[in-house]
Amino acid sequence: MGKTVADLKVGESGIINGFQNSSLTLKLLEMGFLPGSKVKLNFKAPLGDPLSIRVSGYNVSIRLDEAAMILLQ
Amino acid sequence: MANKKYIKIALVGNPNSGKTSLFNQLTGLKQKIGNYPGITVDKKTGVCSLKEGKKANVIDLPGTYSIYPRSDDERVVFETVYDLNPITKLDVVIAIVDGVNLKRNLLLFTQIHDMGIPIILAINMMDVADRSGIKINLNKIEKAINVPVVGINARTGEGIDKIKEFLSTFAAKEEHKPFYDVKNFAPELIAEIKKEFRLENDYQAYLIIHQYKHVNRLSVAQKELIESLIEKYEFNINSSQAKETIDRYSIINEFIDGAIKVKLDGHQFRFTDKIDSVLTHKIWGYLIFTVILMAIFQSIFAWAEYPMDFIDISISNLSLALKSKFPDGPFFSLITDGILPGIGGILMFVPQIMLLFFFIAILEETGYMARVVFLMDKLMRQFGLNGRSVVPLISGMACAIPAIMATRSIDNWKDRLITIFVIPLISCSARLPVFTILIAMAVPEVRILGIFNLQGLTLMALYLLGFLVAILSALIIRQFVVRKGKSFLIMELPLYKLPRLSNVFITIYEKTRSFVWEAGRIILAISIVLWVLASYGPSDKIKNAEKNVSEKYAGENLSDKQLNAKIASYKLEHSYAGVFGKAIEPAIKPIGFDWKIGIALITSFAAREVFVGTMATIYSIEQADAETTIRTKMQNEINPETGGPRYTTAVAFSLIIFYAFAMQCMSTLAIVLRETKAWKWPLLQLLYLSALAYVASFITYTILK
Repeated sequence: MGKTVADLKVGESGIINGFQNSSLTLKLLEMGFLPGSKVKLNFKAPLGDPLSIRVSGYNVSIRLDEAAMILLQ
Repeated sequence: MANKKYIKIALVGNPNSGKTSLFNQLTGLKQKIGNYPGITVDKKTGVCSLKEGKKANVIDLPGTYSIYPRSDDERVVFETVYDLNPITKLDVVIAIVDGVNLKRNLLLFTQIHDMGIPIILAINMMDVADRSGIKINLNKIEKAINVPVVGINARTGEGIDKIKEFLSTFAAKEEHKPFYDVKNFAPELIAEIKKEFRLENDYQAYLIIHQYKHVNRLSVAQKELIESLIEKYEFNINSSQAKETIDRYSIINEFIDGAIKVKLDGHQFRFTDKIDSVLTHKIWGYLIFTVILMAIFQSIFAWAEYPMDFIDISISNLSLALKSKFPDGPFFSLITDGILPGIGGILMFVPQIMLLFFFIAILEETGYMARVVFLMDKLMRQFGLNGRSVVPLISGMACAIPAIMATRSIDNWKDRLITIFVIPLISCSARLPVFTILIAMAVPEVRILGIFNLQGLTLMALYLLGFLVAILSALIIRQFVVRKGKSFLIMELPLYKLPRLSNVFITIYEKTRSFVWEAGRIILAISIVLWVLASYGPSDKIKNAEKNVSEKYAGENLSDKQLNAKIASYKLEHSYAGVFGKAIEPAIKPIGFDWKIGIALITSFAAREVFVGTMATIYSIEQADAETTIRTKMQNEINPETGGPRYTTAVAFSLIIFYAFAMQCMSTLAIVLRETKAWKWPLLQLLYLSALAYVASFITYTILK
């Protein structure tokens, strides 16, 4: 399987390629996780989960298993 | 619209777009919280004065990212906006968008626009956008979308007049061209739905195809019709929805690209990133959070005491003054012993509620609350709770009432319900007087290692026990609560902002008002019932109390005070509360309680601390120096069956454990009813906590006996 947002290191960026099909896909799209847009891992919560992701000009908190649904190029 | 006196408008926008600030600016304190039928979402409405004596009814709708609902809150947005009834429908929608995040915010705007509803676009936080190097050309946007556009700053009130001006003169445009044409998804299906439901708008038809299952106003036959049509045309709902979202974003990109210029990319994050590196740090983050929690806890625990004492003393002075002015009788007794203490019991909570919501509003306003969730999510998820459960749970140590009100910020309903269920297990300050007396009876006053007082350690252990049982209960309840879909935490971490005091004070006012009026009514009703139970009895014995008691103690030369105390005790014993206390004795005997404690259990349902007062009355103790006397009286009480002391260590501990777990507080019951809006939740909770208390007390008593 390809790289996902959950695999990013702190400070690393990637380009969204698509999603693992799930009920979350639409929610992610609506919140600005669009194919072709850039995502950056800002920082992780002290326990390693959730993550702070910068996407579409704002910061979003997202759990590790939710981040694993977002596939990168 | 011009001839209507009240126009109906709704505010829609993403979370963190400044919607509530705009609502406060438009309506001030002229706000009302009501209910949407059948769900727990609050309906926030207010009145806004426009030009030339015109007025607007404003609805503040819950924040949402899209018109497709996923929760009850978001469903309210859909149902309110998609109201086609000519009498109740909206006249105009104000879509508020965050200027710093224009593109993402505009998705919802284009959806509502395409439903054919008159709309105004309010672009908020123009100042922050400006400072972040984002230049927004309002004229260009207005030309591109053909909708009135206003640049505002909802925090300072800039641009609000312009919105009001627009609303006063607003007239819906005749022609309506959608941003996105959904017809291509299913041309025949949309055409047929339009015909069947007499709709003129393609997107309205399309949305009803998507949402028909959840739309209350559709009849069963209508729903079946839509279902059969969807089958007939083999329409795939899910794939079209994703495509619509992606397509809308590219349309937004097209018309926005010429209208905004970004000079300093990412400049807006500089300040927030710096603060986050401290506040979400693995050491500093938790340390600062702990300090903040302690400050909140300390303030509601300690500072609230002064105004609470003042309210307590004022009410009892008022009651005494009335008693001395008016003759004895059932009517005045109802006022001085039933209603006044009830009102006092309601007002007592106000200082704590105000203090807690002062802090919570600041945490929410600054954006820190989202970081609390971020820090605590993983930890709390283990227990079936939510990052947002932390502040309510800790607040529960002062008082369950404001704590349960604070669960409002938990957006997942199931997580919120579990949090509400376990909050009363956290030891609150009302348990202190009960614990102090009972611990003093059960635990010897010795020092351990020369510094620790054993009684103090016991008290601390009780606090820990409360927390432990609360968390274990959350784990157990989690097994029984079915979750709709998977819980997720995709949440914006907003930029840090200074709190706006006017927003903070409106929150405090609103929370206090809704507690006093809504929970207050139930508290007052229950306290009157309890007064009736304690003042009336099935036999004539209460009426003849003075005579019977005077005859009984005729030879003993008692002072007036002593005699009055005996009469009060006699009255209570023969009241309904006394009769019930005796009736439940067989049930509470296994946990070591007698009918006297039974009476106290019934009366202290008003509030736990009433236990002390009831014990004082039962043991005919005069007012002064009640606490120590109750203790001695209780310690000297002889058990007629064993001949030994009535309050053995086992009985005292059994009582302690009972009060640690039982929901002996009508105000908690009232606030749970108010927050969950259905009797089944507070009653289930009462049942659960009472059963838990009984079993725990039984085990304690059996082991120590």
